[in-house]
Amino acid sequence: MSEPAYKLKIRNLRKTYGPVIALAGANVDMREGEFLTLLGPSGSGKTTLLMAVAGLLQPDGGEVWIDGRLATYMPPNKRDIGMVFQNYALFPHLTVAENIAFPLRMRKVDEATIKKEVTRVLDVVRLPQVAERLPRQLSGGQQQRIALARCIVYKPSIILMDEPLGALDKKLRDQMQLEIKHLAVQLGITVLYVTHDQEEALVMSDRICLMNEGEIEQLGTPDELYFRPTSVFAADFLGESNLIKATVSAADGSAVTLKAPGGATVKAAPARFEVRNGQQITFMVRPENVHILGSGEKADNEVTVKLDDVVLVGQVTKAYSKLGGESKLSSTQLTRVGTRMPKAGEEVRFGWSVDSTVLVADKRPGAAA
Amino acid sequence: MTTVNQMRAIHGDKVYKARPNWHAGLPLIPVFVFLALLFFFPVIQLLTLSVQTKGELSGVHYMRLFESDVYIRSLLITLKVSFYTTLICVIAAYPLAYMLATASGQTRNSLILWVLMPFWTSFLVRTFAWLVLLGRNGPINKWLQGLGLLENPLEFFNMVGTMIGMVHALMPLAVMTMLSVMETIDANLPKAAATLGARGGQAFWRIYFPLSLPGLAAGGLLVFITALGFFITPTILGGGRIMMIAQLIIEQVEQLLNWGFAGAIALLLLLTALVIFYLYDRLLGMSTLSGSGSADRSAAGGGGGMIGRGGAYVGGIFINVIGWICDRFGELVEVVRPIRPDRPRKTMSRTIMWITGITMLVFLSAPSFFVIPVSFTEGGFLEWPPEGFGTRWYDLVFDSPTWRAAGIRSFSVGVISALLAMAISVPAAFVLTRHKLKGRTIYMSLLLSPLIIPRILIAVALFYSYAYVDKFLRIGLIGSSLGLVLGHAMLAVPYVVVTVMAVLKNYDYRLDQAAWSLGANKARTLWHITFPLIRAGLLAAFLFAFVTSFDELTIALFVSGGLATTLPKQMWDDALLKVSPGLAAASTLILIFVTSMIFLAEFLRRKASKS
Repeated sequence: MSEPAYKLKIRNLRKTYGPVIALAGANVDMREGEFLTLLGPSGSGKTTLLMAVAGLLQPDGGEVWIDGRLATYMPPNKRDIGMVFQNYALFPHLTVAENIAFPLRMRKVDEATIKKEVTRVLDVVRLPQVAERLPRQLSGGQQQRIALARCIVYKPSIILMDEPLGALDKKLRDQMQLEIKHLAVQLGITVLYVTHDQEEALVMSDRICLMNEGEIEQLGTPDELYFRPTSVFAADFLGESNLIKATVSAADGSAVTLKAPGGATVKAAPARFEVRNGQQITFMVRPENVHILGSGEKADNEVTVKLDDVVLVGQVTKAYSKLGGESKLSSTQLTRVGTRMPKAGEEVRFGWSVDSTVLVADKRPGAAA
Repeated sequence: MTTVNQMRAIHGDKVYKARPNWHAGLPLIPVFVFLALLFFFPVIQLLTLSVQTKGELSGVHYMRLFESDVYIRSLLITLKVSFYTTLICVIAAYPLAYMLATASGQTRNSLILWVLMPFWTSFLVRTFAWLVLLGRNGPINKWLQGLGLLENPLEFFNMVGTMIGMVHALMPLAVMTMLSVMETIDANLPKAAATLGARGGQAFWRIYFPLSLPGLAAGGLLVFITALGFFITPTILGGGRIMMIAQLIIEQVEQLLNWGFAGAIALLLLLTALVIFYLYDRLLGMSTLSGSGSADRSAAGGGGGMIGRGGAYVGGIFINVIGWICDRFGELVEVVRPIRPDRPRKTMSRTIMWITGITMLVFLSAPSFFVIPVSFTEGGFLEWPPEGFGTRWYDLVFDSPTWRAAGIRSFSVGVISALLAMAISVPAAFVLTRHKLKGRTIYMSLLLSPLIIPRILIAVALFYSYAYVDKFLRIGLIGSSLGLVLGHAMLAVPYVVVTVMAVLKNYDYRLDQAAWSLGANKARTLWHITFPLIRAGLLAAFLFAFVTSFDELTIALFVSGGLATTLPKQMWDDALLKVSPGLAAASTLILIFVTSMIFLAEFLRRKASKS
């Protein structure tokens, strides 16, 4: 009991399906009230991890601790978890009230309390009028909220959500993202959330666990993942990025100097892993951090490039070029009235800061090369 | 507005009003004319006949039904046999259907084949197989004696044998009907119940079972209605002790030529079926044993009313009690075998379900094969174990002109009737899938109605109508292949329509539109695009129609008079005279033939679904 009390503790959890490694030793800790998102492309192992926590699949090895109790091979009904499924999994033959009452009935709560609690959570999700309806008489968003109500009514230690907004249209999804987040904060519930939508992960999470090919690529706050990705995969998966291969020419405590394609010198923020002189390395800079410099403007890193394309995408305008004729480098500017954008074919100076120049590893740090 | 009015002036209203698409329904006409002549008209004619004596309206036939208690007793026996058959079928089929529904795709497809195989394997062959298995010296009695469970052999040829044969015959129907409903149940629901705190038993009884109930009800109903019209099984396996209604009808027609009275008995059967149907439908209110009475009624189909509400109440109590028992049992198991969070669990319930399911599959598919060893006997009797090994009975079958003729006839009637059924049903299937016709549901239920009316009634009606037509036109429908072909084609219509519609539902209509936009006319599109793509589905429909005809006895019994018989008719006649190993030999040949047809159809279906 020397470790702090975590709501969820996952230790070296493994699962293989034949030759496929679905989960290669995952370690995750969650504090009480935390909103943690498992993010990754399909087949990255995020759903496998969630299902192992839910008890809906049995891992090959490792441990799952829920609320201080070992639960690795505990059946789902003994785990004190709640789960919201992608298609909600509301029982179609039971009314909304009966759906919400179901977990309470299973816990042998008396009928009077059940009635009170059902009314209470329906108020919490702001749907008091639908108690006697059947699930299919509700809209997608309403079903989503009832699925949530069915989980929060029995106050489980942790609520698992498997792409719960996947079936909703964009606008409703945006609205529900904030609603679920607010509800989680307001009720202080611990949520383990799965999505493949990076925007959703960034909006909702306290921390994001980025997964790739059965392994945890990077685990950190949305800020850390966005501004300080540690690997090419992380940099590429979240947001847009310019990923440019370069050679280390000097490294000290405050910055790393790189020789970029086309001969330009680029200064990058210190790496979070060891770099040597002469080493081939990739650096990342977000397009929105690359500015088109006016005459007289200065930046930490400056390159002169010829623009291949300039595209107005709505609220932003993107300018594409190639550094040294090979590495793609683009800049994204807000589209504003009266700003003169250069045209394709023009030569411009791109500039960005040392802070926004992040060195990323080709493989995840610590992984075997 | 001006422009609109101007355009209206130029083009007339035609521009703005869609033409009523009356000609879209034209392809439905042949199939409905066909069914009207061979199904609706004969059935109505027979029922009219039953209320007439010598051309006058009278209730004499119906009075006779109640004069002696023979008919009522037979009706009661029929109901009793059908009820128990249904009960056993439903209880035995449920675990098997559940196993299939929850198995993974690949496993399920190969297991379903083992359910379908007996479904399509010749009915008579299966009945003969039971004749072998259940005999006084048959394998079952031998094994029971060998195990020391019995001193003297059991006599099976009574109610018990009849029930075994009927359950075996009808269980696939129950399995397939239940499976079609279970497949629509979201696999996440039991999982959701588990995460919400339900033990396996509770999750099953409170969630899965109520949702699967419509399938259980429909399967039960289909089995019951079909069982009502059975005569082959009780005749062969009943040892002369079971007299079901259909047997009485046959007796009236074949021996006494009393059409009117046969019609009256048939109507009694039909009315019984309808009353049962109605009660069942009312009771479906209990279908969703939801626990507190508010059921998903549309899923169940049935309605409220006194019976419905009472059913729901009883159902609710049932679910609560069984849920409680499961919970106590679960707690008990946990005391004996505590849950270890540090060790993988073995789920006992799934193992039990698989054992049950596989046992049922063996029960369904294995018996047919018992005709094979028996057919190679050198002895003169159908006996177990077979005496020596020889092909003497095969030689007999092959050398007999009657068997050969029957084989050729069955085959050609099968092919021609299947082609005829295809020719009239495929256009109808196209129309019903692609056009939103008014009254589509009515068309569908009319097309499927030959499945719902007891076949014995259809056969008697058809026989009478044929005789009626022959009297005036002298076509010779009775005793001719033409009469058989027409009758079998009529029976095959529903199967073809359903199969082809299922295939067309998955067909991307835009492919046709693409072909039209590329300059092909409708005929060329059909020929070069549509048909090649659904070829495998069409072939499967054809094979189903063929097997339906190939295995058909009821109509053949009446219509194929004289010397020219079909295989099932020949087997039936032989069986009534003397059960010889020759029957086993013929059965084996049919078994091999039909089984290879089914595997071919399945192979084609899979090929089609892959492409």
